[in-house]
Amino acid sequence: MSILIYADSNNGTLTKNAFEAANYGGQLAKSTGKNAVALVLGSASGLEELGNYGITKVLHFADAGLDSFDPQKISAVVAEAAKSEGADTIIFAHDYTGKSVAPRLSAKLDAGLVSGAIALPNGNTVKKAVFSGKAFAEIEITTATKIISVLPNALDKVVTGGSAEVVSFSCEIPSTGLKVKEVRKESTELSLTEADIVVSAGRGLKGPENWGMIEELAKVLGAATACSRPVADIGWRPHHEHVGQTGLAIRPNLYFAIGISGAIQHLAGVNGSKVIVVINTDAEAPFFKAADYGIVGDAFEVVPKLIEAIKSL
Amino acid sequence: MKILVCISKAPDTTAKITFTENNTKFNENGVQFIVNPYDEWYALVRGLELKEANGGTVTVLNVGKADNDPVIRKALAIGADDAVRIDADTVDALYVAKQIANYAKSEGYDMVLCGKETIDYNGSQVAGMVAELMNAPYVSLASKLDVNGNTATIEREIEGGVEVVEVATPFVLSAAKGMAEARIPNMRGIMAARSKPLNVVAAIDASNSTVVKGFSLPPAKSGCKMIDADNVAELVNLLHNEAKVI
Ligand SMILES: Cc1cc2nc3c(=O)[nH]c(=O)nc-3n(C[C@H](O)[C@H](O)[C@H](O)COP(=O)(O)OP(=O)(O)OC[C@H]3O[C@@H](n4cnc5c(N)ncnc54)[C@H](O)[C@@H]3O)c2cc1C
Ligand SMILES: Nc1ncnc2c1ncn2[C@@H]1O[C@H](COP(=O)(O)O)[C@@H](O)[C@H]1O
Repeated sequence: MSILIYADSNNGTLTKNAFEAANYGGQLAKSTGKNAVALVLGSASGLEELGNYGITKVLHFADAGLDSFDPQKISAVVAEAAKSEGADTIIFAHDYTGKSVAPRLSAKLDAGLVSGAIALPNGNTVKKAVFSGKAFAEIEITTATKIISVLPNALDKVVTGGSAEVVSFSCEIPSTGLKVKEVRKESTELSLTEADIVVSAGRGLKGPENWGMIEELAKVLGAATACSRPVADIGWRPHHEHVGQTGLAIRPNLYFAIGISGAIQHLAGVNGSKVIVVINTDAEAPFFKAADYGIVGDAFEVVPKLIEAIKSL
Repeated sequence: MKILVCISKAPDTTAKITFTENNTKFNENGVQFIVNPYDEWYALVRGLELKEANGGTVTVLNVGKADNDPVIRKALAIGADDAVRIDADTVDALYVAKQIANYAKSEGYDMVLCGKETIDYNGSQVAGMVAELMNAPYVSLASKLDVNGNTATIEREIEGGVEVVEVATPFVLSAAKGMAEARIPNMRGIMAARSKPLNVVAAIDASNSTVVKGFSLPPAKSGCKMIDADNVAELVNLLHNEAKVI
């Protein structure tokens, strides 16, 4: 038996989330005595690196037709690969790709899916966050084939230092009614969901002209920037920075909340962060209850000092 | 244009989350229920806008029991023409998807609009499953939808950007922020909703593939360490040496 890991690539390289999925699948394979096999679609290099996480074999389907994203085609290919490898468990990252492909595959194979897993399975039971991070659920998959998508940043990496054999793979690809017309990258900045550190600010900053210090703090930390919903709604910051229940959910190692009150809908998108730092003038701001470190103070005084202190680290 | 919008019922975003029956059931006591925000704000409203521009009908569909009816009426008040409730317990996502796909196929809709996820189980599952069961294209996390005859142009969120895709009808989509502006139902809409049809249909047989074994609440944070605003260097020191995150 084997475990098949879908490892996503972008512009010819494996994504950070591909390694997250490999890490999960590799650890699961080790504890269950199965083989961890990864599947990579499209032109991509550096695939042997997956061996670092316990992957022993990489199936590479390099056909150019798969470089443009079509979940219907990808799920068909994953199903074929799972069949040819005798995989009873299929792992995705719970990211933009996984959210499109894993449910399709689940319906195609009539296989139970747990999306957004935050821990390795206990038998057939998988833990995930529910109610926007306000609770956890233990969900048992009762079908013979099991699909799990892993929440990025949920599991510590275990580097095994092995090497993976890369073999080419191909199968028939169905024709579909979907055409990708254009891909627009909004920015070259660090993507919010992949960033280890996120610097986020809210209405407490008073206006868009004050974001210079937030961007500088992000820069010295190598962090991505985010914001609360009202800030995106009034157009101070771009919409793709909005985090929370109705925006992006993120789980960085470190989250700075500057001039954000900590409304429950905001917390829902960030409460999976490992460490939270809150800077707010109001000692009663609800965010302090969810924080690990806090400073009661004016962002306009604290942030410049913070930048200096980090620079001299 | 025949549009189907799938709506689920969700606890209000400020609801206190607790569990009963030995932590195996969500405690609905005192919880206010709403239409899942993505379904209402984005999928439903964009469906209504397309109908207003091109003619046609907007039907809302829910898989659930009779206690969902007040939430379904809210979608009618916002402007849907009629509603269908498939009378079933929502066993799991695949079960719900099988019910939706079976109904949607038999009625010949041009498009099935869903939300990007429900805010209770946070699955992001049902819409993709419905698409596979209908053998139709699926566009997830859509932020813009335009339809011209039998072709839809859709923008969807991807890592660090946007992708523009073209799909043929019928297709399935999950809606995210940007697709429309939320509408607030007015008095006329609320009155009209009372007399709009809410048809209850029987569920088809389908098996489940997952079982919820239990819930738990996150451990409380051990308390926030406060640092004096005049001693910012101490924060940097703690982040570096204690938390080891910078
Ligand atoms: C259904 C629903 C969904 C929602 N989804 C989201 C979501 O996804 N994401 C989200 O963020 N919100 C969401 N909201 C809105 C949420 O309820 C809050 O209104 C919002 O998060 C508040 O944003 P804020 O903290 O930036 O602003 P405010 O609440 O106005 O807080 C500003 C904070 O800045 C502090 N402050 C002021 N001056 C300074 C200074 N000089 N230095 C330091 N601190 C200062 C204040 O003390 C205050 O705590 C949602 C609401 C609803 C009803
Ligand atoms: N019981 C249900 N009835 C109708 N539509 C549903 C139901 N559950 C989920 N959906 C739709 O599927 C989307 C994704 O749900 P989920 O996979 O549970 O996150 C929701 O936003 C709804 O549009």
